[in-house]
Amino acid sequence: MNWEFIMKYLPMYERAAWLTVRIGAAGVACAIILGLICAVIQYEKIPFLRKIAAVYIELSRNTPLLIQLFFIYYGLPKIGIQMEAGMCGVAGLAFLGGSYMAEAFRSGLEAVADIQTESALSLGMNRIQVMRYVVLPQAVSFSVPAFMANVIFLLKETSVFSAISLMDLMFTAKDLIGLYYKTTESLFLLVVFYLLILLPVSIAGSFLERRLRYAGFGS
Amino acid sequence: MPDLGLEVLLKGKNFIRLLEGLGTALQISMISVAVSIPLGIVLGIFMAGKNPLIKAVLRIYLEIVRIMPQMVLLFLVFFGTTRAFGWNLSGENASIIVFSFWGTAEMSDLVRGALISIPVHQYESSEALGMSRMQTYWYIIIPQTVRRLIPLAINLITRMIKTTSLILMIGVVEILKVAQQIIEANRMSSPNAAFGIYLVVFLLYFLACWPISMFAGYLERKWG
Repeated sequence: MNWEFIMKYLPMYERAAWLTVRIGAAGVACAIILGLICAVIQYEKIPFLRKIAAVYIELSRNTPLLIQLFFIYYGLPKIGIQMEAGMCGVAGLAFLGGSYMAEAFRSGLEAVADIQTESALSLGMNRIQVMRYVVLPQAVSFSVPAFMANVIFLLKETSVFSAISLMDLMFTAKDLIGLYYKTTESLFLLVVFYLLILLPVSIAGSFLERRLRYAGFGS
Repeated sequence: MPDLGLEVLLKGKNFIRLLEGLGTALQISMISVAVSIPLGIVLGIFMAGKNPLIKAVLRIYLEIVRIMPQMVLLFLVFFGTTRAFGWNLSGENASIIVFSFWGTAEMSDLVRGALISIPVHQYESSEALGMSRMQTYWYIIIPQTVRRLIPLAINLITRMIKTTSLILMIGVVEILKVAQQIIEANRMSSPNAAFGIYLVVFLLYFLACWPISMFAGYLERKWG
């Protein structure tokens, strides 16, 4: 192990890690919004929109992120939709994650007992209030375990971003291996930085799950 | 109407080549699944067992595989071990090793989950009925476990197929690589081919995974 080399290229990995975190966070946030919308559409059985959501979920769940990114990054510009690589990464992650989040939230929504909705309606709340104050808060708590698993899954998926020439951790590692043939050091840094990103999320996830189980949710 | 790649697709053997590329990817995923499922079953049984040492070791294995992106594992094996041990590893073999390593961990967790989801009273009741241990497992436990397991194991196949798309990154010639070559070769005659070709690749992956997912969902509803 060549520590001089490691110290020299540490800042490069740091930049790459921030890129991964930034795009990952933005993508996950978009995926949550998209997933929430799809889940509510399916739960409320809104006609037509429900069909679109179902098609989207099947398309997104049955194709790999890498292919989705290739289509977004190399395919879409040919019909006039051009985005820079970072945006493509966010869009791809949102497209993939939206369906996984939708499934997580939907099972959460379905776990809320019907009597909750009925009671709220009988108290004179309208449908939006029922959703906003009664059903959603409980559903979100129920779906936390699946939700955290999805967040980790999506952050792991960011490792394919180098395919659309984003200078993320994988890109940096591959670059250094190619340039200097310092395979061991490059891979060591790669593993360390991914651990730095993913371990805290994983630990936070199990902590959250324990707390919620304590409160009687998300068994 | 500018050519969006469908013409290119029909030219010569381009479409057949794409399908062959998909075939390579599917072949690697099928081999990995074939390795993962039996190994995963064995490890899963150990994980549901009582030996604390074995359980701890398997737990660590599972957590490592869970937390590292498959891409990183692929790099570690393809670049790392070849450098460290000085052996020669083709991209195909490296990916089979990595995906089997990953798949085995996932499968073992599914098996463990299915085994511990069987309530204790199932064991006790069959004992009370005078069944032997063998009979208990054969007639009571295994049929229930298998019903819970099969839909999840089928889902693992689609996940494996999706993960296999990563082999492009270590230089295995599969469907995406072929697509790139086709687009590159027809750059002058149809510069917009990337749209159509990548759309077709997207749909081909969908067609490979979707029926399998549907089947798993059907079994889950039927047995669930």
